[in-house]
Amino acid sequence: MTTKSQAVLNWIDERFPLTSTWKAHLSEYYAPKNFNFWYFFGSLALMVLVIQIVTGIFLVMHYKPDASLNASGIPVAFASVEYIMREVPGGWLIRYLHSTGASAFFIVVYLHMFRGLLYGSYRKPRELIWIFGTLIFLALMAEAFMGYLLPWGQMSYWGAQVIVNLFSAIPIIGPDLSLVIRGDFVIGDATLNRFFSFHVIAVPLVLIGLVLAHIVALHEVGSNNPDGVEIKKKKDSRGIPLDGIPFHPYYTVKDIVGVVVFLFFFSVVVFFMPEGGGYFLEYNNFIPANPMVTPPHIAPVWYFTPFYSILRAVTYPLFGLDAKFWGVVAMGASVVIIAFLPWLDRSPVKSIRYKGPVFKIALVIFLICFFILGYLGVLAPTPGRTLVSQICSVLYFAFFLLMPWYSKLDKCKPEPERVTSK
Amino acid sequence: MNNRLINLIKRAAAVLLFAPAVALAAGASVQLDKAPVSTEPAALQHGAKLFVNYCLNCHSASFMRYNQLTNLGLSEQEIRDNLMFAGERVGDLMKIAMRPTDSKVWFGAAPPDLTLIARQRASGDGSGADWLYTYLRQFYRDSERPTGWNNVVFENVGMPHVFWQLQGEQVANITENADGTKHVELSLAKPGTLSVEEYDKAVADLVSFLVWMGEPVAEKRKTIGTFVLIFLFGMFFLTYALKKNYWKDIH
Repeated sequence: MTTKSQAVLNWIDERFPLTSTWKAHLSEYYAPKNFNFWYFFGSLALMVLVIQIVTGIFLVMHYKPDASLNASGIPVAFASVEYIMREVPGGWLIRYLHSTGASAFFIVVYLHMFRGLLYGSYRKPRELIWIFGTLIFLALMAEAFMGYLLPWGQMSYWGAQVIVNLFSAIPIIGPDLSLVIRGDFVIGDATLNRFFSFHVIAVPLVLIGLVLAHIVALHEVGSNNPDGVEIKKKKDSRGIPLDGIPFHPYYTVKDIVGVVVFLFFFSVVVFFMPEGGGYFLEYNNFIPANPMVTPPHIAPVWYFTPFYSILRAVTYPLFGLDAKFWGVVAMGASVVIIAFLPWLDRSPVKSIRYKGPVFKIALVIFLICFFILGYLGVLAPTPGRTLVSQICSVLYFAFFLLMPWYSKLDKCKPEPERVTSK
Repeated sequence: MNNRLINLIKRAAAVLLFAPAVALAAGASVQLDKAPVSTEPAALQHGAKLFVNYCLNCHSASFMRYNQLTNLGLSEQEIRDNLMFAGERVGDLMKIAMRPTDSKVWFGAAPPDLTLIARQRASGDGSGADWLYTYLRQFYRDSERPTGWNNVVFENVGMPHVFWQLQGEQVANITENADGTKHVELSLAKPGTLSVEEYDKAVADLVSFLVWMGEPVAEKRKTIGTFVLIFLFGMFFLTYALKKNYWKDIH
């Protein structure tokens, strides 16, 4: 570095911790050297967040949260989305990036969470990282749900109708609570505007704050790895973990490869199948919202369907309260229970590599149930499907609630002293 | 852990895996014909002509401007001369004079805006184009309907058969299947001005136009997409080489 630029840097460093922050989080943050495929999804989630924020900024320039009808009898909000798609130069690309980004966000985050399950990334001392992560997931669900109302199509409208009505099932405060959420007695202009405000300002702020906390907590304790052993236990004379390598440049150059591969698949959807077979953009949502016509079948977007299935699986009233209320409780519990994993897992080892057969089987059953619940959530209920979703819901919860016992009983293999390569 | 328990769990997993197939087995739907969608300018221009002559009186296309038809290879003068009849300007949206509130009273339902119809009508049964192609070819005479027409795909539809002079009149032979569902067999009772093949081609052109109108940017999107994928493919080798080079000392 030339003396001049060094002087500028010194000037800044005396006033702001630029070099020390760079070192602490990138050039001297030591990450385990044995990260595999599963470790791409954290940085990818961050990138999708950036895509959503940047495209969102441009969408807001032409989108109008207005439920009133224009001269052709079409809601202004719906028409403004079509205006972006047709008349704003490049608007179609920005919109497809944003709509595909929503689904991509969930795909990446689900894979990121599954990585945590595989390698026990939630175990001590990473409990807070995991809790922040669960909160990010919750915020992301709120963000996606409110964003989905904005195009003001039939599925936007009726999906919001179904979900907001769920809150009215809560005893005593329910009816008033759903009224506060809607801002009206039906989903309408007030709902659209407050969801717009939450989607564009409130929830993104919370999300960014949580993501920051997630990363700060991670860099405090250090990353887990596929072997689930702590690299900080074996350090060299300079205090650097023997199995650690600086995040920058090693993982920055590696994550760039991941970003390129991700963008390849992302672009296949954006440019060649932006509707994602009716899952990323539902066909019914090309019909403007019509409060007078209920669609024959209302399905949430695919990323909510596992939890929606759990909600519908509860068909018994209990303690004099509606089945719908208990469905809401079960759905809420199915997300919140994820946060308790650090204390439910009593296995002596962290990683699936050294865990015994019982945990592996439990994880496979859990995964199958999650997929079946997701699949059934798209379909209209029948008695047969409800039964299957009830079985899967029970197994979903059993995976968590029985974990303290089966994870302790399981016959684990001994963990290695150092990380292994491949 | 003993093997019998593991086997039992494996079997339970298998049952769970195939359960959705069982749950799905019920439920039948209308058989849709595959629409021969074209992106040829000649077909799209013909479709546009049919659209403004036959559809754009009751249906609007309110997200669509007349001068966007220049993307089909027409000049603004050609659009003015052949496709505009009511003194609009070429930059105007394809709106109609009939108000939705009136048409709802007259037809029972307001004729939907057709800009996005090809995207709206997609479903698990087929693409929106398939639905439109089948629907527009399966009108039949039904004296019990106020318009005198009914449709196989859209039962008791409010829209009359606007192409009856072209297609002719079809009659239906309705029989009941063993499972109680209806089976409709159509036959041409009175031929129209077009032969069956010519009519199918005309409908195919109209449907192609409706598909184009649903997303005019679609072809351009795919072209750009191809370049994006080629770029990313190249970037992969570049970034992978960079990664390999940085990592060569890590074992």
